[in-house]
Amino acid sequence: MTTLHETAPVIDAHQDIQFDGTIGENLVENAKFSTRNVNVFYGEKQAIFDASLDIAENEVIALIGPSGCGKSTYLRSLNRMNDTIPICRVEGELKLDGENIYGKSMDPVLLRARVGMVFQKPNPFPKSIYDNVAYGPRIHGLARNSSELDEIVETSLQKAGLFKEVKDRLDAPGTGLSGGQQQRLCIARTIAVSPEVILMDEPASALDPIATATIEELIDELRENFTIAIVTHSMQQAARVSQRTAYFHLGRLIEVGQTNQIFTNPRHQLTENYITGKFG
Amino acid sequence: MNNTEQVKLSLKKRYAREKRFQWYGKIAVWIGFVFLATLLLDITLKALPAFQKTEIQLQVPIDWETLGLQPDTRIDPESLRTVDFGGVLKKSLREVFPDVKKRKDKKLLYRLISSGAEYQLRDLILSEPELIQQGKISLWVTADDDVDTFYKLKKSTSRIKPKQAEMIQQLMDQGKIRTRFNDTFFQNSDSREPEQAGIRGALVGSFWTLLVTLVISLPIGIGAAVYLEEFAPKNKLTDIIEVNINNLAAVPSIVFGLLGLAVFINFFGMPRSAPLVGGIVLSLMTLPTIIISARAAIKSVPPSIKEAALGLGASHMQTVFHHVLPLAMPGILTGAIIGMAQALGETAPLLMIGMVAFIVDVPGGILDSATVLPVQIYLWADSPERAFTALTAAAILVLLAFLVTMNAIAIYLRKQFERRW
Repeated sequence: MTTLHETAPVIDAHQDIQFDGTIGENLVENAKFSTRNVNVFYGEKQAIFDASLDIAENEVIALIGPSGCGKSTYLRSLNRMNDTIPICRVEGELKLDGENIYGKSMDPVLLRARVGMVFQKPNPFPKSIYDNVAYGPRIHGLARNSSELDEIVETSLQKAGLFKEVKDRLDAPGTGLSGGQQQRLCIARTIAVSPEVILMDEPASALDPIATATIEELIDELRENFTIAIVTHSMQQAARVSQRTAYFHLGRLIEVGQTNQIFTNPRHQLTENYITGKFG
Repeated sequence: MNNTEQVKLSLKKRYAREKRFQWYGKIAVWIGFVFLATLLLDITLKALPAFQKTEIQLQVPIDWETLGLQPDTRIDPESLRTVDFGGVLKKSLREVFPDVKKRKDKKLLYRLISSGAEYQLRDLILSEPELIQQGKISLWVTADDDVDTFYKLKKSTSRIKPKQAEMIQQLMDQGKIRTRFNDTFFQNSDSREPEQAGIRGALVGSFWTLLVTLVISLPIGIGAAVYLEEFAPKNKLTDIIEVNINNLAAVPSIVFGLLGLAVFINFFGMPRSAPLVGGIVLSLMTLPTIIISARAAIKSVPPSIKEAALGLGASHMQTVFHHVLPLAMPGILTGAIIGMAQALGETAPLLMIGMVAFIVDVPGGILDSATVLPVQIYLWADSPERAFTALTAAAILVLLAFLVTMNAIAIYLRKQFERRW
């Protein structure tokens, strides 16, 4: 019997890493998001060190890396969800369409209407399916009357690939759906506000493989209309859905590149170690 | 000796210890149960007589002459003011016992019926004046409380003279004495005479007081909880406030009564004995309970729901009012109802603000003098007449019934609105 040690020497993920700046194509021309030298702190502890990354319009970018590497933290600083954590502090330059995200003129409520978010665990409101999707348009006043609202709800559910399954029970509670359906409901809810960007924080990690496949197909379709940043634990998923991939390690953005390049020909040792499963 | 045997040896000891511990627990539960059962049984048994009242049947002459009125006088409270109904009843009593001649014995005879019986007759004639045409009616009048006690217990008490006992025996032989459901207990307010005393005034007083308490403490409590939990910055000041709210929950209730007396009555000049002041004082007492339970309920709303709303671009306020509060509502309501139940059973602070007064009228509003159920129990428990013992127990039963109902509602609400997410 061979042990794991013989075949794959485990590399300590917390070893000192040689980091001389991000390698690869982290900056692009038509940036939707552009972030420079982002540092994020939780109290005294620093979670992200000097990350500079651009996200292009209508691309799917995957953020990968081992647990605690700061990929979710980075994602949540893009729509200021970190504001809800009192001890969290974001430094550096973060811009959406050239507008400073943390600037005085940026309203976090408006920002979050433009940058939607799908969370790790499906979190539908304990309301009906219809009300779940209609909530965003209602609070933003996107529909002038109820038929317009009906239309928004229907198209959003259609775009999320859920309409066929739930069209006869829009009044049923959203929490009664299966896990995969709930997550698609959450995506429909996000789409209903017509954001420009959708941030996804491990959207399929709580789902079974079939539901995961449905979500992945959906992400591929959504790319036409939205810019998507997706945090994922699954490298296969990153490979399947994204055009570019960014690898984070211990708060540092190690390498960014075209997805197939990252997975076939990583330039940094840490990236290679991670995608070959030496730690993760 | 190897390890297995060592473990085997210790096993026996461990199991014995576990068994012993389980027995302690069982004994503790049983002791608690026995105490509770004894208490309830005792109160119920004591209260049972109070739900029955004794009545004596009299043939009452109510022709115009006996009433001392001109024939065909309009019957209204004014014209009946001069009528000596007591005399009429005395006359009909004498008819039942024609052989009672001595002055002393007559006095004993008259004492068989309640002093409230004449009002019973008066009210009857007021409501049905056409009875006068009949000239004589058969009427069951409420018996005196001593007769009531004697008749229910079927044994002599020092309050009943031998002569009276004979009379009652005679009534029993003729079937002219009976017991029936005591509606007086629920229709009347406090009285010096046990057979005329009821809890209606106290119930209405409790209702007004609790209404004031609810109106004041629920909005303030929820508002404070929402602000402290969702909006307040976390700093020294909010820490101090939090500690003090918890301390406030432990302050003896009589202190709130003293505060109410000093501030609301003496300083602001609010009316004494009024449900308004009682309600304010009880609000002060229930506020910490409501705030603490509301904060716990708000805290238990899963952060994922809040994130979902914030992520859609809902403002903080919209998130709280559209999602957090509705989800926290069952918990908040449970806390509020338990706080209300506490307030319903509270006596001490109300003694301080004068709600312990002897009040015969049913309070018509929050500014009228009133008393409340637990204070009524306290007052009756203090009264010397024997029949008040039963009334006290009956009032306790009513209070317990209300408390159990309120707690049942709280449990129902929690079960009903509990949602899974």
